[in-house]
Amino acid sequence: MSTPYAKLPAWADYGLIPLINLAVAFIVAGFVVLLVGENPFRAAVILVQGAFGKGTGIAFTLFYATTFIFTGLSVAVAAHCGLFNIGTEGQAYIAGLGIAIVCLSFDSVLPWWLTFPLAIVASALVGALWALIPAYLQAKRGSHIVITTIMFNFIAASIMVYLLVGPLKPAGSQAPQTRNFLAGAELPKLNWIIELFGAKIRSAPLNVTFLLALVMAFLVWLLIWRTKLGYEMRTYGHSPKAARYAGISETRIIITAMMISGALAGMMALNPVMGDQHNVAIDFVSGAGFVGIAVALMGRLHPVGIVLAAILFGMLYQGGAELAFEMPAISRDMIVIIQGLVILFAGALEHMFRPYIQALFASFSPRSVGMEAVKGKGA
Amino acid sequence: MDVFNAIVQTLDSTIRLSVPLLLACLAGLYSERAGIFDIGLEGKMLVGAFAGAAAASVFHSALLGLGMAILVSVAFAMVHGFASITHRGNQIVSGVAINFVAAGSTIILGQAWFQQGGRTPALQPGERFEAITWPGADAVRDVPIIGPIYAELISGHSLLVYLAFLMVPFTWWVLFRTRFGLRLRAVGENPAAVDTAGISVAWLRYRALICTGILTGVAGAYLSMVQNGGFVKDMTAGKGYIALAALIFAKWKPVNAMFACLLFGFLDALSIRLQGSPLPIIGKVPVQFMQALPYILTVVLLAGFIGKAIPPRAGGVPYVKER
Repeated sequence: MSTPYAKLPAWADYGLIPLINLAVAFIVAGFVVLLVGENPFRAAVILVQGAFGKGTGIAFTLFYATTFIFTGLSVAVAAHCGLFNIGTEGQAYIAGLGIAIVCLSFDSVLPWWLTFPLAIVASALVGALWALIPAYLQAKRGSHIVITTIMFNFIAASIMVYLLVGPLKPAGSQAPQTRNFLAGAELPKLNWIIELFGAKIRSAPLNVTFLLALVMAFLVWLLIWRTKLGYEMRTYGHSPKAARYAGISETRIIITAMMISGALAGMMALNPVMGDQHNVAIDFVSGAGFVGIAVALMGRLHPVGIVLAAILFGMLYQGGAELAFEMPAISRDMIVIIQGLVILFAGALEHMFRPYIQALFASFSPRSVGMEAVKGKGA
Repeated sequence: MDVFNAIVQTLDSTIRLSVPLLLACLAGLYSERAGIFDIGLEGKMLVGAFAGAAAASVFHSALLGLGMAILVSVAFAMVHGFASITHRGNQIVSGVAINFVAAGSTIILGQAWFQQGGRTPALQPGERFEAITWPGADAVRDVPIIGPIYAELISGHSLLVYLAFLMVPFTWWVLFRTRFGLRLRAVGENPAAVDTAGISVAWLRYRALICTGILTGVAGAYLSMVQNGGFVKDMTAGKGYIALAALIFAKWKPVNAMFACLLFGFLDALSIRLQGSPLPIIGKVPVQFMQALPYILTVVLLAGFIGKAIPPRAGGVPYVKER
């Protein structure tokens, strides 16, 4: 067990192992469903049908996926640099403030296609700035970024609650949220794309932010694997010592990576705020930042994997809502369990099945794992 | 006299509010001193609270409830150990996972078993830990100054409150005066040295996590069986993270931990007491600021502006025997 892991073929490494981990997570979740006294297979069918059965379902699935692409990318960018950004939640939450300022100021004067770029910049900027302080403290003071970003989540929540029950709340209103945005800050829907395929959609919040998310996924791929900065980030993530030896500035790389991560987290807020609710309300992020951790781990930190994992989680969210409707014993909190199990099996226990799979590969085709065919002389 | 009574009452609620923090903080102390980061304090408290309240109301016994709280919480701690010690997974990731599973499963199971919207049935007398009135507390209540202090502050808490505060010297004794404690601290600083001495790093760390599980279980039981008469969903509400902050604030020392938790508990009590009433000189302080203060203070401490918090050296690093 203490031997370094032998190489598996790429398809097994990036396809088979995540799938096995995912399957185990779902099997354990199935036991929870059993414990509640429902049929896990029927639950799975309802879930998938709810997410993909109808046009509206698909649109909702993609709407949720949009949010998770942003948070997943945010976690992944930091992770490539060896940093665990657990503060995606707070960065997205506080970015709502930037969006609120832009939208509340311009929604009556500008059309949406001018408000949108401004809001993108504002959300990215605020998210990046919220990540800057923990990044600086990590780089300069050595304070553990996990702890500081957790603390910043709570500080962000306090600030937002203070603002939303106070200064940002319109006079005379009881609800802790801003006033509703006017048409100048409402993003156009994308439902027509799904309708092209013949499906009918009643009303779903899928909007142009989805395209922005895909663009960002491409840009992140470009950044990580095709630029000098990305190379430096990966180097630092692999071995801070090697990076230092190569003359990469530790401070610069940590701060840059965290600010990009924060900016991506911040952009997540665009989707629910401008695309769906048209106001900034208390707790509008509602855990999406933490889902980002699961999505990034599931997608093995690669943008393509992240988009797929985000769609999977979007499916869980949308299908989960249908499931709660069909099986009252299983509320949407079931998703939280599945999320936790995915994080556990795809993240913390990602290597649990690896030795067995290696042994299996080795017994079938020793050369596929880079070994000679001699028994007992293995990796 | 009014001012004095107000102070005594605030301090009394300080004690009540800091007990769960203190228990969770000491729990974190055991695991972090052994080199295992534990973000999952929150989740373990939550399952403890749920299991405690559920068992107490089903079996009509507070003690059985406490036992079940500890058992389930230790089980979750063992999952953390399995992932981060046996399989050398990322400890932060594993802790996050535990928090999620705890948050989701307590609600789902609570709803399935009790059908009260994720709550457990309200606990009856005998199913909760009752306040213990110390001898003579009622007699001296009317004595000025000393009376209220004895009757309100010292007497009139439940068993778990006294247990929590007794755990402070006990933890200090275990960590700094026993062989187990010495080894536990060593494994958090330099596991290779412990390994060379022929002591199993993994088993030692597992034992540290068992201690963590026991204490988070008690902390959870306190929340659902003392502070509240039953389990309410998400009732830990970030207390596990405040405990983590307190642990850093205390620089991983038991007695400091007590003071840090009392400070954070005091801030909480104060923010409840003030609730919008203005302070002299400063004016009106937003409740949210008071709630955020523990986190802000911890960040300031971490930034190195008030002393320096140096974590155990091997913290967060899975131990690998030589390759």
